[in-house]
Amino acid sequence: MTLLFGHLIDLLLAVSLTVLAWRLLATSDLFKATVLFIAFGLLMALAWVRLDAPDLALAEAVIGAGITGVLLLTALRHLDSGARVARMSGRSGRRSLRVLLPALGIMPALLVLLCLSSPHIRSTAGLTASVIERLDQIGTDHPVTAVLLDFRAYDTLLETAVLLLAVVAVWSLHPVRPIFSPEPISPAQRGLLRLLLPVLIMTSLYLLWRGSHAPGGAFQAGALLAAGLLLLLLSEQRLPGRWSGMFLRLLLAGGFMIFLLVAAGALVGTGTLLDYPGGGASWLLLSIEAALSLSIAALLATAVIGGRPSDRSTEFPPRRKDPAGEEG
Amino acid sequence: MNDLSVYAAAGILLFFIGLYALFFRRQLLRKILAANVMGSGVFLIFIGLVKQPGQSTDPVPQAMVLTGIIVTLCFTAAAIALAIRLKELNEEHHSATRPEDDFG
Amino acid sequence: MFLRDATTCLLLLAAASFFLAGLVGLLRFPDVFCRLHALTKADNLGLGLVCIALIIQADSWHGAVRLLLTWFLVLVSGATIAHLIARKALQQGQTPWRNR
Repeated sequence: MTLLFGHLIDLLLAVSLTVLAWRLLATSDLFKATVLFIAFGLLMALAWVRLDAPDLALAEAVIGAGITGVLLLTALRHLDSGARVARMSGRSGRRSLRVLLPALGIMPALLVLLCLSSPHIRSTAGLTASVIERLDQIGTDHPVTAVLLDFRAYDTLLETAVLLLAVVAVWSLHPVRPIFSPEPISPAQRGLLRLLLPVLIMTSLYLLWRGSHAPGGAFQAGALLAAGLLLLLLSEQRLPGRWSGMFLRLLLAGGFMIFLLVAAGALVGTGTLLDYPGGGASWLLLSIEAALSLSIAALLATAVIGGRPSDRSTEFPPRRKDPAGEEG
Repeated sequence: MNDLSVYAAAGILLFFIGLYALFFRRQLLRKILAANVMGSGVFLIFIGLVKQPGQSTDPVPQAMVLTGIIVTLCFTAAAIALAIRLKELNEEHHSATRPEDDFG
Repeated sequence: MFLRDATTCLLLLAAASFFLAGLVGLLRFPDVFCRLHALTKADNLGLGLVCIALIIQADSWHGAVRLLLTWFLVLVSGATIAHLIARKALQQGQTPWRNR
């Protein structure tokens, strides 16, 4: 009985995801598309729970639904050109083509599923056993963290570099654009900030610590901290100018630098990159993760802010006083 | 058919829907959304195919998908910055954009 | 055992009906303020019922505390966000709908 309900939920979730994706890409209103995308992120988090991948559910909920949502909404403010007239995409003529092409996607889907339901794909054991049998040599008990920080540590190192590069790309395009700040902000918002910010910091630390033995880890913790920073930004708290120079840059690059130092140290020590001394003591992995999550939080928040800090005298991001042309 | 491969099917559909929207929608922000949807589809395929009903999920694809989620956010942020800059530059050089140009 | 599961099912069904009521309010009410009202109240109460239903099923007390904390956080943030949206709508000049 529960198995049947499980199948039903899976089917419902998969269908909802597909329909939601289609609706969000087909609607002519960009704001509606953004809101639907946030809902899509939440449904994806549910799908990860159903697929027994709690780390992914945590990451998707914070990043996919939360941070990407804020990013898209701020982008909408800049990109949606004033007139909220619903503008259909071009090519109004080829309606039959527009209906036909998605239908053509069902064909590959069915074909792939047909050949994948053959037994030999199912019988491969995957890498779970190999990971778990080497788990006691590593300083963590959680397989995903072990894979991220030890077995595939090179990927994680480069992923941190990609995050850094993304911020460099965003910074190299334009100085930070002033954000209109309505004064005063609502006391309810201030109260919510006072309540949520300590909870967010505590939960982020908890996730960081928990990553060593249960779903959690540096990325989820860093993303949650970034959400807290974005909450601060939305409540008109800004980074004072004197901190937006070397301090900010050290914060942004620090995680990657520390990870790289450990990797280089291992290279010097044992001749192999990222071959941790002693197989990777838990304190070493935890300190790498701590540095990583601080950096990730700063990197994600600065990526959302969207421009490089101008100089050390103005706040980051700076205020813009006049509400002209502001749609809110 | 494995009961959890319905997610893999959804992933394939998401990928194709996203691909279609990436090509055939004019607005840049919508293309960015389409790329995100495509990425989510690929992740669903990753995990949906390897998930066996009884056992815990393979940690290596999970780690790869986690990396993928972060990288998706990275390229979304960079793409949005590019789109905003493109729109600003376009507005500097023309008094009005052509009707078929749409940087929204 | 059966009583526990039956209570959980009943509470979950009640919660589903609350969510449905909120959804109907979201779709049918004439004004953003009415919609916010329906959505926030119904969804918070529905979530509370879900949390109670799951607390009955929880194995340990700290799982129950976590559920209560989740409900509390959603309650607070939902109420604040509804307030902020209504405030913005008022600032933009929308007037509440009146039954004339």
